[in-house]
Amino acid sequence: MKLREVLQIIEGQVISKDIDLEEEVTCGGGADLMSDVLAFAQEGMLLMTGLTNPQVVRTAEMAGTGAIVFVRAKIPPPETIALAAHKKVPLLGSKYTMFEACGRLYVAGLAPHVLFELTLRRWYDAFGGRE
Amino acid sequence: MEPPSHNKDKEITKLQELAYELKVEDAMTPKVITVPVNATMAEFREILRANRISGTPVVEDGKMVGIISIEDLIKALAAGELGVTVSDRMHTKPVTLYADEPLVHAVSKFSDLRFGRFPVINREGKLAGIITQGDIVRAMLKRLEVSYREEEIHRYRASHIFQDIVADEVALVFGYRVAARDFARAGEASSGLKRTLGRLGIPPPIIRRVAVATYEAEINVVVYTDGGEIVAEVRPDRIKIEVMDKGPGIPDVELAMQPGYSTAPDWVREMGFGAGMGLPNIKACADKMDLQSTVGVGTHLTIIIYLNRTPR
Repeated sequence: MKLREVLQIIEGQVISKDIDLEEEVTCGGGADLMSDVLAFAQEGMLLMTGLTNPQVVRTAEMAGTGAIVFVRAKIPPPETIALAAHKKVPLLGSKYTMFEACGRLYVAGLAPHVLFELTLRRWYDAFGGRE
Repeated sequence: MEPPSHNKDKEITKLQELAYELKVEDAMTPKVITVPVNATMAEFREILRANRISGTPVVEDGKMVGIISIEDLIKALAAGELGVTVSDRMHTKPVTLYADEPLVHAVSKFSDLRFGRFPVINREGKLAGIITQGDIVRAMLKRLEVSYREEEIHRYRASHIFQDIVADEVALVFGYRVAARDFARAGEASSGLKRTLGRLGIPPPIIRRVAVATYEAEINVVVYTDGGEIVAEVRPDRIKIEVMDKGPGIPDVELAMQPGYSTAPDWVREMGFGAGMGLPNIKACADKMDLQSTVGVGTHLTIIIYLNRTPR
């Protein structure tokens, strides 16, 4: 899904300057806990978060996230915007909640991310159900 | 770490892409020198000489009626017929290209017909420019130059290093210092390592695992310790990351490894960390992980990620 379509669906705003709205995101995921993001983020993922400090951009950089959407009408501080410009991570904003922003994108066909194998292992250890 | 032939393939693909991407009008010379249809061959010779060119379209009342080249001039010279008009010697119905055609059409016409130049017309049939093989090469080179960002050049240079070094064993070692409680800069070391591995041509899924594991470890050093260092050792078959700090050490390593266990202060939690997921995340990214800690001395974390294993 192109960032242009994402913006339409979440009725969002572009926060960082000079971004290419034709860029594609491959899937979507939402979290406010950066360690969770690091545990599931995939290359090219669209990250929905309510956290606005610069570590969000760092996390996105490490995890290879395609773009960040700040939900709940949060606007990041200048240092976050500056780091994102430096690391070339596009920043968008939405006035919707995490639940609604994610829901709109999911309904529009943006694929969810899948958990990594080793993260899932604990689940299967506890509940079984693995073929 | 790709074999050299792979890089070569990539270059060819890039050129092919360009040939489709660029239009004839991006490469052509828009200012066309022409010769009037009633000019003599002697006058045509002067036009070629004055402009240092080897052929031109022939025009009548602003419309192209043919094309003529230095070869036609040589034949006329040999026959002693410099007084005849260009219209007697020109080739009518010249093969043309449309300005908005992909450049690859020009490439195939040059190779099929072996002409030196083609007049370029727009869809209304008006002469828009002229194109030679030299124009095509120049346009492609210019575009390649623009699209080659500095990072790609770095990568190209560095990715050959393992093939270039002659030794029984090769290891590259990168060291990064991590300052205590400097949260604004937390992640700089991991970011530097990530970029470096990219330049070495390490596959992106591997880089991602290294980056995530190193970043979590770096955050731990920033948050909990009095500072430390990260040393990454890259060998052709694996990457080893060692994270060493100057204390205070972890009293119960087994407890610290449990998902959800955390001693993080509130300010760390507000930053989106400190939920007791750091060490489990590192373990999930690593092929091997070892954590040694002595209270009052420090902690030594070793992460190993293999380069040639099946992706997880």
